[in-house]
Amino acid sequence: MKKLIIASVLGLIPVLGLASGGAHLESANIDLTDQASLQRGAKAYLENCVGCHSLQYMRYNRMAEDLGIAEADLRKDYILGEAKPGDQIRIPMRAEDAEKWFGVAVPDLTLVTRWRSPDWLYTYLKSFYADPTRPYGVNNVVFPAVGMPHVLQGLQGIQEPVMAEAHGAEGAAPVVTGVKLVQAGSLSPEAYDALVRDLTNFLAYVGEPMKLERQRLGWYVLGFLVIFFIIAYLLKKEYWKDVH
Amino acid sequence: MSADTVETAGFLGWIDKRFPLTKVWKEHLAEYYAPKNMNFWYFFGSLSLLVLVMQIFTGLWLAMSYKPSAADAFGSVEYIMRDVDWGWLIRYMHSTGASAFFIVVYLHMFRALLYGSYRKPRELLWIVGVIIYLAMMATAFFGYLLPWGQMSYWGAQVIVNLFAAVPGIGEDLSVWVRGDYVISDVTLNRFFAFHFLVPFLLAALVFIHIVALHRVGSNNPDGVEIKYGPKGNRWDANAPTDGIPFHPYYTVKDIAGVAVFLFIFSAIVFFWPDLGGLFLEPPNFQPANPLQTPEHIAPVWYFTPFYAMLRAVPPMFGSQFPGVIVMFGAILILFFLPWLDRSPVKSIRYKGILSKIALGIFAVTFIVLAYLGLQPATPVATMFAQIFTGLYFAFFLLMPIYTKLEQTKPVPERVTK
Repeated sequence: MKKLIIASVLGLIPVLGLASGGAHLESANIDLTDQASLQRGAKAYLENCVGCHSLQYMRYNRMAEDLGIAEADLRKDYILGEAKPGDQIRIPMRAEDAEKWFGVAVPDLTLVTRWRSPDWLYTYLKSFYADPTRPYGVNNVVFPAVGMPHVLQGLQGIQEPVMAEAHGAEGAAPVVTGVKLVQAGSLSPEAYDALVRDLTNFLAYVGEPMKLERQRLGWYVLGFLVIFFIIAYLLKKEYWKDVH
Repeated sequence: MSADTVETAGFLGWIDKRFPLTKVWKEHLAEYYAPKNMNFWYFFGSLSLLVLVMQIFTGLWLAMSYKPSAADAFGSVEYIMRDVDWGWLIRYMHSTGASAFFIVVYLHMFRALLYGSYRKPRELLWIVGVIIYLAMMATAFFGYLLPWGQMSYWGAQVIVNLFAAVPGIGEDLSVWVRGDYVISDVTLNRFFAFHFLVPFLLAALVFIHIVALHRVGSNNPDGVEIKYGPKGNRWDANAPTDGIPFHPYYTVKDIAGVAVFLFIFSAIVFFWPDLGGLFLEPPNFQPANPLQTPEHIAPVWYFTPFYAMLRAVPPMFGSQFPGVIVMFGAILILFFLPWLDRSPVKSIRYKGILSKIALGIFAVTFIVLAYLGLQPATPVATMFAQIFTGLYFAFFLLMPIYTKLEQTKPVPERVTK
């Protein structure tokens, strides 16, 4: 009876149209165990992104340790300017300047994959399109009216929007449903996707650097609790022989 | 046993002459006779205590590295997550523990509804329990501001604004609560102070809850009072025949329950600490920004049934106050439960079909309201929230009628298997 009520009520929920929509996100397919990808992502981040976006809770030496980067390589290929290995990854740009140039404070990206998602980030980096009405000439399918210029345009090339008629109201502005490449960049589409995936993978790592460690430990904890339960259960059974 | 003569000797005897250690041990554990038929639902009392202790300890360790200031709070949480040894584990245990606390307490309260554990002579026990629930909600509310994320900030903004809906004094009252015109550094500081203090009140209330329990004795799935049944068991000639000593029988049983609970708890802590955004909400990974309101503000899941009821009530005379009354009424009505139930029997096992249907609908109502409170308020969702708010109150307000009307089954003399 109770199950029937629950089933009927839960069955109603989808038809109420309560689920929120949103642009279709592509799967980033991240793999935190792929150290080569994480290292490429870190390099790409430090080459292209760190001019504006800090990783203010991430330390260089923690990154090096987790990603298998030797200290000499860390100093040579990764660390910016005067920073020391124990420093956090900060930016030279001042917040006031950023606000003047881009209209918004440029966000720190340490936790971007946690308040967005890796899939969102991956799709976002692939979804810039030319839009002459915007200050930097680009717009984004998953982040309309974004303030950020398309920093990777030289690599990706120029994309044009694919428009579709809006559903519903007559005369509504057409909506952007996707993008198509109209002018090739210096990377092939496959190479660009791989680069963006490495970047996403790296930022997913940065969002929770202890994730692999936490999962590895978790198996030991659960294993211990299974053994503990068996002993506790046998003890209970033994004692309760008196009662039954 | 008078104060001067004690049965124990040696060091324990020395203690017992000065502090009733052996007496307390016997009265509350070794010779506290609990019904022998307590089932699955009776695990959640001891589990609530376990989670409370866990929250106090993890909370204390978090407080060692946390900084309650608007400038540093968000960063200090990330510092705990990344730079403090085992900080991530302590933090995930605390955030998961908050949700786990509400889960075990909701199941503990549902057990009371199932078996009539709030009925005479356990009215005070129930009332103390409801006060504990209120103290828990206060603690959780204060604590949720501390990470100083977007949802922390705007959730607190929405809830404190409820005070502004009180006619006449509302605006002043909400400023008094915040200590400022908006949620600010001042608010964060005082919320931290309260978040640290209230758990100790909570622990004191739990002590009173247990004292009250041991005065009247534990209920059981049959709702039969074992102390009015036959006397004499293998441990004591005067103890209830259907009772068994809490220690060791229920202590060993509860330890097995603890193992199962910790398995599920650890699976979440180690493999899914945000539980898909339910235990840790994604917007809370962005620092609080007073100038940018998130698209959709929802409290954490354990408050959403009440939040859904708040939103279900339309503003009247340009005031949100009626919604606030309904929301608080939904909690306060719990205090009257012992007198709303007029059934001649306690346990659902012997109540009639109407009580069974009512309790089933109530359980579903609570879950549906929790779901609706997480969703944006569309017209359809609001309509459903109104229907289920009505059902929530109907469960209580119609209880004197349906418990009187229905045909109950005869209650056995003794507890059943």
